[in-house]
Amino acid sequence: MNKNKEQLLKKRYKAEQRFRLYGQSAIFMALLFLTFFIFKIFSTGHSAFQKTWLIVPVTFDAELMMLEQNPSNVDIQDADYYDIALKSMADLDLNANEDQENELKRMVSYFFEKEIKNELLNDPSLIGKTKEVYLTASDDLDQVFKGNYPRDLPEDQRRVSDYQLKIFDQLVANGKVESKFNISFFTNPDSREAELAGIASSFMGSIFSILVCLMIAFPVAVLAAIYLEEFAPKNRFTDFIEVNINNLAAVPSIVFGLLGLGVLLAIFQLPRSTPLVGGITLSLMTLPTIIIAARASLKAVPPSIREAALAMGASRMQTTMHHTVPLSMPGTLSGTIIGLAQALGETAPLILIGMVAFVNTIPGSPMDPAASLPVQIYIWAESAERGFVEKVSACIMVLLGFLITMNLFAQIIRHKFEKKWS
Amino acid sequence: MNLILFTFIVLLGFTSYYFGRKKAYTIQSTKKRLTALPQFYGYYLAIWCAIPAFIIFSLWAIFEPTIVKLLILSDYLNQGYLDDELNLIYEKTKALSRGQFTGEITPFIKASAEKYLSLRSIAQSSKVVIVLSAIIASVAYAYKKISSNSRTREPVEKFLNAVLFTASLAAILTTVGIVFSLIFQTIDFFKVIPLFDFVFGTHWYPAKAFVRDSSEALDPTMYSDTFGAVPIFAGTFFIAFIAMCVAIPIGLMSGIYLAEYASYKVRQYAKPLIEILAGIPTVVYGFFAALTVGPFLKELGTSMGLEVSAESALAAGGVMGIMIIPFISSLSDDVITSVPQSLRDGSYAMGATKSETIKRVIFPAALPGIVGSILLGVSRAIGETMIVVMASGLAANLTLNPLESTSTITAQIVVILIGDQAFGDPKTQAAFALGMSLFLVTLCLNIVALKVVKKYREKYE
Repeated sequence: MNKNKEQLLKKRYKAEQRFRLYGQSAIFMALLFLTFFIFKIFSTGHSAFQKTWLIVPVTFDAELMMLEQNPSNVDIQDADYYDIALKSMADLDLNANEDQENELKRMVSYFFEKEIKNELLNDPSLIGKTKEVYLTASDDLDQVFKGNYPRDLPEDQRRVSDYQLKIFDQLVANGKVESKFNISFFTNPDSREAELAGIASSFMGSIFSILVCLMIAFPVAVLAAIYLEEFAPKNRFTDFIEVNINNLAAVPSIVFGLLGLGVLLAIFQLPRSTPLVGGITLSLMTLPTIIIAARASLKAVPPSIREAALAMGASRMQTTMHHTVPLSMPGTLSGTIIGLAQALGETAPLILIGMVAFVNTIPGSPMDPAASLPVQIYIWAESAERGFVEKVSACIMVLLGFLITMNLFAQIIRHKFEKKWS
Repeated sequence: MNLILFTFIVLLGFTSYYFGRKKAYTIQSTKKRLTALPQFYGYYLAIWCAIPAFIIFSLWAIFEPTIVKLLILSDYLNQGYLDDELNLIYEKTKALSRGQFTGEITPFIKASAEKYLSLRSIAQSSKVVIVLSAIIASVAYAYKKISSNSRTREPVEKFLNAVLFTASLAAILTTVGIVFSLIFQTIDFFKVIPLFDFVFGTHWYPAKAFVRDSSEALDPTMYSDTFGAVPIFAGTFFIAFIAMCVAIPIGLMSGIYLAEYASYKVRQYAKPLIEILAGIPTVVYGFFAALTVGPFLKELGTSMGLEVSAESALAAGGVMGIMIIPFISSLSDDVITSVPQSLRDGSYAMGATKSETIKRVIFPAALPGIVGSILLGVSRAIGETMIVVMASGLAANLTLNPLESTSTITAQIVVILIGDQAFGDPKTQAAFALGMSLFLVTLCLNIVALKVVKKYREKYE
């Protein structure tokens, strides 16, 4: 009898330990996903911040450039650079036949003409001389240099030919290939060529959308929260508003995209693909989040503050505007930032209102067509070229960087400025 | 032009505030008692400056285009033009007046364009005149009111209250906007495709509708086997089911562990770390699923001799499950911590171990709240878009094999609406019909979930 009891107890303790282990492993799994995830993004993305350059000697032959004696700046602008650019690439292998010369040309980006031109514009005295110029390597060679390219594939399955690899290896051996920090990733707009594509256009698109979103959602949400928390009578109608707000917070984001498409574009005829429409759509989406946060922080202001103000003869409006609302601001602001961070990461509604269009100019106002960072991730993730994979990861790193900064900022505001009432 | 006018009106508002306050001080200096603080006199005047400007601006924005259009088209009336042709003429006129018209310019259009420009300039200048005179009149009226020292605080506060109330209507307006944008297209869609075919049809092939020659009239029989949404609905719930298979055990167990077992320190770090998973944009999960998980599963499957599609429901659903873990874990954590301590104490006093207490006492007590959190998670899974678009297939297969590719409501909406849309096309309308069903399903889930959670909270608070 006693033994039986002890066995039972042992069993129960075992079950206890097992249950505890389940819990621990659940947490462990969740954290493991997170670590793996971040590791994966960083390990594929970090190389995109480096860019491979080929150092190629270029002879600025005035005759080939069709330049007269003592050319002016305008002449240099208008000169023909294609021939010297082509020649300097062809000169990498003096024995190359015509096909091979073509392959040599494809070792650099199609931007190479412009890079040579910029070199001469910076220093017009180079005419007639030879100088080593940094040219952007093609995205495939860029990947080869970073070690991401499967060189052992059969030649017909690669976009890089054996000949290009041979010349490239020679250049590497001579120290004529260099890897530098990739500034153009931050300053270039989107491009079809992976080696030239940058996030400037989508970044500006994101900034404009978020600004529009902030300008609409913040005032409306704060005013609505003040009304609902401080002035609204308790009746059916305010209950209905409340149910509405809670529901909107859980409506799938793509439905807001349909709203933007069906109302903003089709009925109000606002311009397609612009951060203006994107921002308005996102603001409708963030509205409930901010209202809920603002209401919570208004509720957290103790009634004694209101009572003191009312006792001093302030009207209800004065009490609210001079005391309650300023005291609730830290909570409201941090809620707003978290709402904006959500909006910044949103993709689906922006796709529906046409912000997926290929934009190769940097937008200057919310009325210009643009993409946004998450949409840029989607666009690049859908393209087949190998060079875009690391770009996607790098773009994700930039986006995550922003989201983390925004969330930290929200935390800091909350902890630094929020009054603790006890 | 409008911007200058707007700035000018704002400046006028500030000046009237200043004059109102100044008037209050002069009244005060005559030893009369003020009825409110001086700044209320200023606000009162400024509001009287803003209201007429706002009303006239909005009326103008609504009616100006219609009136101008009527005036332009009055030249073409009674000449046997159809409505569509009249609209086209008007569009041409507008384009020409903006200098963006490419095409043959007929003298008629040219004359209309000139008329359009002159009408616009008349409208613009009359707007300026009307706005300014209305402002002057209303400010003069308000100034007289202040001078006689009548009440100013009450009207100002009433006005502010009205503004606050209007802002709170935004949520309702958004809901109305959603329903409004969905319902018309959906009704048009069901005029062509019978509701029965949509709900019970088993072939979803919207690309077929696209091949239609637009010059032909709509032939409903053509679409008989095109818009059957069963595979889409099945795929949606299937992927959501896979996601919940991942999210419920992990989310629930971590919620329980964090609430009942974890030390303060573990909780302090683990909770925000898990919540990071909820803050990662879904497009990032989509990329992860498409680039890492999908190919990994395919390789794993091939090594075991299984046929696995690179875009499988399993990859999309699994990654979606990871995304939903934090929703379930933090909500159930909250729910479990709000179970009163007395229940635990009672159970411990009877000699139950911790896990027995959790399983037999706390879990049943917290069940409504946990169910609510799971329902919210399901609603999230159904509405999730980017993961499915990127990692699951876009062709609608009716299958229950998690290794094959399936499609969902959200993915189909994106597939149909990406790029240019033609409103009035059954294909575009189909996307709105899908959106409507998505909205209704998630709405029901949300309402039930929120009700359950609210009831539960009230029980213990």
